[in-house]
Amino acid sequence: MLKLLRLFKPYLFHFLALLALVFLTVYTSLQLPDYMAKIVNEGIVLKDNGLILRTGGTMLLIALAGAVATIGVGFLASKIATGVSMDARAKLFARVESFSLTEFNKFSTASLITRSTNDVQQIQMVLVILLRMVLQAPLTGGWAIVKAYDIAPSMSWIMYLAVAVLIGIIIVLFSVALPKFQLLQKLVDKLNLVTRQNLTGLRVIRAFNNEKIEQEKFEKANVDLTNTNLFVNRIMVVMQPVMMLMFNLTAITIVWVGAHLIGDGNLLIGNMIAFMQYSMQVIMAFLMVSIIFIMIPRASVSAKRVMEVIETEPAITDPKEPKQFTNGGGLVEFKDVTFAYPGADDPVLCNINFEACPGQTTAIIGSTGSGKSTLINLIPRFYDVSGGQVLVDGIDVRELKLEDLYAKIGYVPQRGVLFSGTVESNIKYGAPEASIDETRKAAKIAQADEFITHLEGKFEAGIAQGGANVSGGQKQRLSIARAIARNPEIYIFDDSFSALDFKTDANLRRALLSETKNKTVLIVAQRISTILNADKIVVLDEGRIESIGTHQELMRSSKVYQEIAYSQLSEEELKGYQINLDKADASA
Amino acid sequence: MGGAGPMGGGAVRGLVEKPKNFKATMRDLLKYIGRFKRSILLVLIFAVASTVFAILSPRMLGNMTNQVVSDYINMKAYDGIIGSLPKGVTLPPGTTGKDLINKLPAAQAAQIPADKLDQIKNLDLSHRPSIDFVKIRNIAFWLLGLYLLSALFSYIQGWIMTGVSQKITYQFRRDISEKINRMPLGYFDKRTFGEVLSRVTNDVDTVSQTLNQGLSQIVTSVTMILGILIMMFTISWNLTLVAVITVPLSFILIALIIRKSQHYFKEQQDTLGHINGHIEEMYAGHNVMRVMGGEKRSVAKFKKINRQLYGSAWKSQFLSGLMMPIMTFIGNLGFVGVTVLGGWLALNGKIQIGDIQAFIQYVNQFNQPIMQTANIANVMQSTAAAAERVFEFLSEEEEEPDIADAAKIEEVKGGVEFENVVFGYNPDQTIIKGFSAHIQPGQKIAIVGPTGAGKTTIVNLLMRFYDVNSGGIKIDGVDTRKMKRADVRKLFGMVLQDTWLFNGTVRENIGYGKLGASDEEIIEAAKAAHADHFIHAHPMGYKMELNEEADNISQGEKQLLTIARAMLAQTPMLILDEATSSVDTRTEILIQKAMENLMKGKTSFVIAHRLSTIRGADLILAMRDGNIVEQGTHLELMAKQGFYASLYNSQFAART
Repeated sequence: MLKLLRLFKPYLFHFLALLALVFLTVYTSLQLPDYMAKIVNEGIVLKDNGLILRTGGTMLLIALAGAVATIGVGFLASKIATGVSMDARAKLFARVESFSLTEFNKFSTASLITRSTNDVQQIQMVLVILLRMVLQAPLTGGWAIVKAYDIAPSMSWIMYLAVAVLIGIIIVLFSVALPKFQLLQKLVDKLNLVTRQNLTGLRVIRAFNNEKIEQEKFEKANVDLTNTNLFVNRIMVVMQPVMMLMFNLTAITIVWVGAHLIGDGNLLIGNMIAFMQYSMQVIMAFLMVSIIFIMIPRASVSAKRVMEVIETEPAITDPKEPKQFTNGGGLVEFKDVTFAYPGADDPVLCNINFEACPGQTTAIIGSTGSGKSTLINLIPRFYDVSGGQVLVDGIDVRELKLEDLYAKIGYVPQRGVLFSGTVESNIKYGAPEASIDETRKAAKIAQADEFITHLEGKFEAGIAQGGANVSGGQKQRLSIARAIARNPEIYIFDDSFSALDFKTDANLRRALLSETKNKTVLIVAQRISTILNADKIVVLDEGRIESIGTHQELMRSSKVYQEIAYSQLSEEELKGYQINLDKADASA
Repeated sequence: MGGAGPMGGGAVRGLVEKPKNFKATMRDLLKYIGRFKRSILLVLIFAVASTVFAILSPRMLGNMTNQVVSDYINMKAYDGIIGSLPKGVTLPPGTTGKDLINKLPAAQAAQIPADKLDQIKNLDLSHRPSIDFVKIRNIAFWLLGLYLLSALFSYIQGWIMTGVSQKITYQFRRDISEKINRMPLGYFDKRTFGEVLSRVTNDVDTVSQTLNQGLSQIVTSVTMILGILIMMFTISWNLTLVAVITVPLSFILIALIIRKSQHYFKEQQDTLGHINGHIEEMYAGHNVMRVMGGEKRSVAKFKKINRQLYGSAWKSQFLSGLMMPIMTFIGNLGFVGVTVLGGWLALNGKIQIGDIQAFIQYVNQFNQPIMQTANIANVMQSTAAAAERVFEFLSEEEEEPDIADAAKIEEVKGGVEFENVVFGYNPDQTIIKGFSAHIQPGQKIAIVGPTGAGKTTIVNLLMRFYDVNSGGIKIDGVDTRKMKRADVRKLFGMVLQDTWLFNGTVRENIGYGKLGASDEEIIEAAKAAHADHFIHAHPMGYKMELNEEADNISQGEKQLLTIARAMLAQTPMLILDEATSSVDTRTEILIQKAMENLMKGKTSFVIAHRLSTIRGADLILAMRDGNIVEQGTHLELMAKQGFYASLYNSQFAART
């Protein structure tokens, strides 16, 4: 929470002005009872009509000044609170944008999103309340105590007692309710979970005729939640009547004790009424202060979560003295590369040595967890190697400016990622300057032109957030088109054909072939048919290169490769393919 | 100024949503909460009682002060008179002020002001008057009683109301959840889960909360306003006038501020939506954004939206915060007016100081119910908007009920006939245009086609997740629409690629296929599904808890569990969806073997991706654009040189 104070710096002047206005607000609100006492003591008792009117006029002016000051406080509080959260949000966002996958994995994407949205909103809400209402509480409380003491020192104990009892009640209530509040959150989550699982599993549930079971699960979660809610709310309902009772009891006690003092000639009547007003202000102020103690822990959790992100230095940044490319082409070399995830003991990749040359297709295959995706993630520096080097055109990727490195790469992720906008804006995302023809050509190669022409608005057709309004296969094709439009030297396909059916997959690869004639192409694949024709196939097994070769070579030499091949294709089909190839060779 | 401080806000601090049809929704809502009539009536009674007691008390407290004041003034008068008597003179017992004045020379008596004359006349001068603490104590006890009763009633009111609103919430949620199971799948296929989910949580919560707040507020506020007005009038009509003059002013100002701030709240809400959307999108597509050089553009766009958000955020915060100081000021106007006019009236002996004190308390208490009343329209609007969505959901069309005398198949052989099936997800757009096929018991049917060709449509129709538009599907000669849905579904085991498992143990998940299955049966099913091995590899074995996302086991392992689940169900027919890419090769071999085990001797429909499966099928259904365009065996279809042939050949399209 304290670290958050740094974000206040630009608003220091605002804050000082706010403090001055808070002072004024408190001052005016504490003046009024004095004047009222004066009216009673001097005006009514001494029968001075003029004094009553004059004092009334002064009171009006003071009330007006108080109102203006309070409005000023509200204005500055809104500005500061929303300003601080705007800055926090901006800092947070800019920082996250510079993160590498290391940080994304550390925080998780979902958590980063919550931190950037909900947590910042939470901070803003609490700040507004703190600045506008709570800040003046200690001042009001302290000052009112002093004033009340001045009037009737012998009655002050009533005030203290009332405050002590109130605070006691609040502590008891919250110590009973607070643990239940946390439980409540869990039960809400549980109810959501049950509902979500019910919705996602509708088909399975109905297939097994298990609607009753789901109903029972929901019923249990619902009953649990309702009961806990009932308990907590019934405790909280105590608050309001008890508060009122406390105010009232304080008032009677003051009149009762005050009557004695008046009887002994130690107190003026007007002062007793003023004392009552001050006492109420003191009690209100302490209520406010107790709110601080309830609110601050909640806000400080959010503040901590936000600051944690802002203070995280991205692991991967531009080097101080970046090198420039001297020769192009797009040669990618892995030299003795080892990689372990931060904090993990065992490396995911070990002694990786191979090169992917321009004009060739290099495929990487292996079972799940063999490190395929990790391996290609090292090229665009989503992660940095733990040992060895990844070189692009002879330069270690860590010595390049990220921008220069990215300029060479056309990357297609496993799950097609689209951004809200239009079909065109998505294809042009990596190449904002691309012409319409280039855009269309890229779409054509990616086999996307056919479905685009069926869309309403064609290239102008809208794409919803995350590409929610197109299918998985269409997303993949559009992300491939996006990479093509960028006209990169190095293509990286991270299992990017998985959502395509065989036919589209085949057509796409054929069309891509001419486009990538002089390019370096790296393909991670699960489907062996996708990579049969690669110039070089790197077979990964548990983080090590088991073998490298063409399909034919590997069918002879690699056990792992054979296993994969036989699991996907029948022997007959593999033979048939062999024959086709032989024929092709013969005719060539 | 004490009284209701910032605690008693009650103002709308967010966006007020407007319902489409306020009246109809309110009618529905009233009907819905009708079953709580009695409790609500009790709430109303207690709310009124508690409020009435609360309203009586300032008046009594004022009386207490009045008593103090009049006794005090008598004391002063006595001291004055006794002090001015000549030294040594004592007054015999029973001497009153009247006796004294009668003895005074007329000239001197005339100097005493008229209003003091009465006071002195009634004064017993034989002893020094003191403050009548007995009287005061009696009033104090009465007050104490009132306060305690008021607090007690207020708590009882809250206690009952909480119960009512929680029961309503519970009932709403339960109705929704039951409704979900009665609705056709088509509804959910067209919507995101988030939409439905927010009915169960957000909307229901809003209804119950605003209902809770709204109901007791209307009653208390109205009672308060009326009661306070009455009490004020009984004290002094002139003062009441001064106090009430400020009311319309408050109303107008509040209404103005709410309207103005609503505009900015709306703007803020929209911009917040934009900025959150951008954040989600950019974080989710982080890698792509960076490699494609989108970082600067993304940050620039963010800054722009963030600025806009700031603009509407501070304005809405400021405006909604204006309400308090303005109300306080208006309250203060009343306060000053009462003090000045009250002072003047007291000066002329029309009222007493305790009355002014009581009046000030009333003026203070007046503010809050007025703010609340000015706000009630908004609270009701929000309630209606949320309730409307809940009711809309609850009145969605349900699945047609099963027919009364449903047919049953005694012994299932497994023959399936499609007879001229016509189907479309939207009635005006048929995708399957008259499909017929006869499938013998025990045959294997492969469904093939490119992505998005609608292969799951067949599953939907077989399982009666959707019903055909015309034509029919018969199992062993019985039309499935003549059967109960549950009975149709019992015939099929289903293993989809979208492996649905729930938060529970492995055992519970497998056991989902057959409720009350024994441990032996479950282990046997797991063994047949080749899942036993990996289950044992986990330290907790069958007791291993699948987490909420069910992602603490791999995709392949999940698939094996769903096969085990289907295995346990021992259905006469099967619907399978072959694994594609997300499974590693070794697990894929296991899945393949498990599926073969499962299919032995059963009529099976397989959404096939593997060519070996396809070639071995007894019947291939080739699908395109939702329609079944070709059917036959592999050889027949290859000979046809049509859609299937080109689909098949394309797999081996080489570079050549």
